[in-house]
Amino acid sequence: MSHLEPFLPAIRLILFLVGTVAFVGLNAAYLVWVERKGAGRFQRRPGPTEVGPQGLLQPLADGLKLMSKQLIVPPGADATLFRLAPAMVIAPALMCLATIPYSESFFAPRDLNIGLIMVFAFGSINVMAIMLGGWASRNKYAIISAARVVSQNVAYEIPMLLVVITLLMVTGTMNLNDIVRQQGPYIWDWNLFRVWQNPLMPVTFVIFFICMLAETNRAPFDMAEAESELVAGAFTEYAGMGFGVFFMGEYANIVVGCSLATVLFLGGWQSPIGLFPGIWWFFIKMYALIFTVVWIRWTFPRTQFYGLLNLSWKILIPVSLATLVLTSVVMKLPLLF
Amino acid sequence: MIAPKDSPAGASSNETFTLNLGPQHPATHGVLRVKLTMDGEYITRAEPVPGYIHRMHEKMGENRTWAQYLPNTSRVDYLSAMTYTHAYVGAVERALKLEVPLRAEFIRVITSELNRISSHLVGWGAFVMDLGGFTPILYAFDDREKILDLLEAVTGSRLTYCYYRFGGVANDVDAAFLEGCKAFVTHMRPRLKFYRDLVTDNVILRNRLEGIGPVSADMCRRYGACGPVLRGSGVAYDVRRAEPYSIYDQFDFEIPHYPQGDSMARYNVRMDEIEQSLRIIEQAVAKIPEGPVMGKVPRVLKLPAGDTCYATEAARGRLLVRITSDGKDTPYRVRLRTPCFCNLSLFEEASQGMLLADALAFMGSLDLVIPDIDR
Amino acid sequence: MSAPDLTSLAAELQPLAAADFVQLPPPPPAPKPAAPAKPAAPAADGAAPAPAPAPAPAVPPAPPPQPVALCDFAARGVHLEAVVRPECVVDAAKVLDRAGYAIDAVTGMDWMAQGLMEVIYDFLHFTSGARVAIRARLPRENPRIASIHTVFSGADWHERETHDMFGIVFDGNPNQTPFLLPDDADYHPLRKDFKA
Repeated sequence: MSHLEPFLPAIRLILFLVGTVAFVGLNAAYLVWVERKGAGRFQRRPGPTEVGPQGLLQPLADGLKLMSKQLIVPPGADATLFRLAPAMVIAPALMCLATIPYSESFFAPRDLNIGLIMVFAFGSINVMAIMLGGWASRNKYAIISAARVVSQNVAYEIPMLLVVITLLMVTGTMNLNDIVRQQGPYIWDWNLFRVWQNPLMPVTFVIFFICMLAETNRAPFDMAEAESELVAGAFTEYAGMGFGVFFMGEYANIVVGCSLATVLFLGGWQSPIGLFPGIWWFFIKMYALIFTVVWIRWTFPRTQFYGLLNLSWKILIPVSLATLVLTSVVMKLPLLF
Repeated sequence: MIAPKDSPAGASSNETFTLNLGPQHPATHGVLRVKLTMDGEYITRAEPVPGYIHRMHEKMGENRTWAQYLPNTSRVDYLSAMTYTHAYVGAVERALKLEVPLRAEFIRVITSELNRISSHLVGWGAFVMDLGGFTPILYAFDDREKILDLLEAVTGSRLTYCYYRFGGVANDVDAAFLEGCKAFVTHMRPRLKFYRDLVTDNVILRNRLEGIGPVSADMCRRYGACGPVLRGSGVAYDVRRAEPYSIYDQFDFEIPHYPQGDSMARYNVRMDEIEQSLRIIEQAVAKIPEGPVMGKVPRVLKLPAGDTCYATEAARGRLLVRITSDGKDTPYRVRLRTPCFCNLSLFEEASQGMLLADALAFMGSLDLVIPDIDR
Repeated sequence: MSAPDLTSLAAELQPLAAADFVQLPPPPPAPKPAAPAKPAAPAADGAAPAPAPAPAPAVPPAPPPQPVALCDFAARGVHLEAVVRPECVVDAAKVLDRAGYAIDAVTGMDWMAQGLMEVIYDFLHFTSGARVAIRARLPRENPRIASIHTVFSGADWHERETHDMFGIVFDGNPNQTPFLLPDDADYHPLRKDFKA
């Protein structure tokens, strides 16, 4: 096998690329199944059961249906931007996932000491994609929806970043691998419970979760696709797989958001009981968060648009600023003595 | 880059664009078109354009005999069909001075109130679905199935009942039905509490509805809006108390009304009305006497020349049926004054300056059934 | 609920009452006094013919109907009915507006045999439960009447619908385009001479 040695990094690279793309694709497809089954159970009905056992082949059927439809570009729409927008939703999610440490060494990415910044940099492209999709559609509903998305995302980026800065002060590093390694082997070592440095750490987590819901346009913050008002919002004019790709992008973003929350607050691949740390703990925590996201969607009605912005500007930002100041004070307190 | 011809131009107030809500739109339940003139997200003018499901029920009344018109009445507002049949049957009975046996009156009250509850459940579920909560409508439909099963056992239909006849009801109810009604009342009361905890007390819902779409009592008076719209503006007017028909004066029930006049008030009125209907059903099931269910009715109905009107409290408001006869066996004129027509007529004035999402919440709180507007 | 006291309202509406007032729908003709019964069968020989019954006593003529009259609610469904001159309809609406009534319905009627069209305005009072109907008769060839939508905004839609169905023109109503009928409708379906 020695003649393969120089190619090992390349092989590993290709395997990981394929793996990441497959992971995103599989998640996007099967999160649809989780959502529909979950919605069904919350609404006291079975959800998809026809296609495959327990409806497990439903995403396949959906994918086939979407792929068989004609990709219509409405007359008068900006053809280039119209076709570009769905791709711009999926690509950044893939880039973000490349930086997340799934396990201690094997599935860990390279040591990027700006790993956290990279995730947020790519996450912001999502907004632009929806904006372009809505604008290029030349449809009044789509434009209204695109305007709302920009407004909402700008408003919620701020508390999210403030919260992450607070966390950075606590962890002292932007390298995601190190952040996970710092959160020791037991549940009380997780960042969520690090209250001696940031007394409001659980609140910080909640704010992060809310901002993540708003960034990914999930209910109750789904103004962009407020079904009963704007038909399908920014995606109204997309047919077939164009719509399918937006949909997959939404789920990919949810996966990114929940992975990030797991890594930053819930200890990543660390086990809560000190035994068998590894990738399986990561997935358990990530999917628990995703289930919560689905649960929230089917429980609450949608906020009003100004209510959404009020929540961000008048509540979340002041609270996260206060948390930031409090954390800095508490962290520097020992220096006084 | 292609700029759309009529893009909204931010805060500039003399650049408005027209947005067509419907006739196919998920939020307008039915085929209603609303021509909105928008300034950004604000509505400067909202003009409802009904008529997409106009079926000329009033003309049909002139071409059918009095009895042949009975099925038509159910199809005007199919969610509250019993009360519509009741109004028409009541008008004919009033003109002919027919005696309705007491047992039939009790059955009419029980079935009308069950219908009212099922209509409010649909209205509630659809309203919350418009606001983005997709789950409560399925819970509501679960409860509604029980009502529909009860009524199907008695009338044979699930939605458009044609159960009342001139002088009584078509067939008698049995003990199983009355037991079923009692079981339903026992089942529904905790469910109402569950809905209050899950939905009504939810802070997001309250923010969406409180202060939205204020309608004053004087506006209701000028437009003739009745039902939960009027009762949500503080006026305790209910046809069952103001012009008591059937045997409603024998029952003890309250008229829920709230003074705020906003969408939350109308929502609360409907939820409380479900509770009051449960009370009426309980009392009626306890007091129902034995006896015939059909009075003496002439075989060929020819009403004396003259006109009569009869009003009932349908789920959405006041329904008035005005019949004119010229002595023949077909009506000369049947006029249906339907509640949703009058409730929607205040939409244009009340929605000026509202945000689009608020206007849709307002329209949902009016609880419209479009065939009721158009007939 | 006891009948509300509408005598003061009736007095206010009296000056607006129609002078020549035809009762519509036309009441059934008064029953003729019964003709003496003919003998049932040719008298059998020897049998005496049955005595002719006495003629029925004359029925006193019903009092002439008044334009403004309190009605029996249990029979008619209204408490007060007033037939007013078409030009006074807005004044009548103002009387009811001042008294706090709400508009209930506006109904059109086509009396083809009598050459008239009629508009019936129904009003109701929220607190007293009183029901008042105002009727106005119009010539059938050119049915025009003033619109009351400046007094009761809700009458706007009812009038538009009545115009659609009967062709009655409501002067002052800004929007008499087809409402429930298709936009290009130029027919009036509820007229008695309408053939589909």
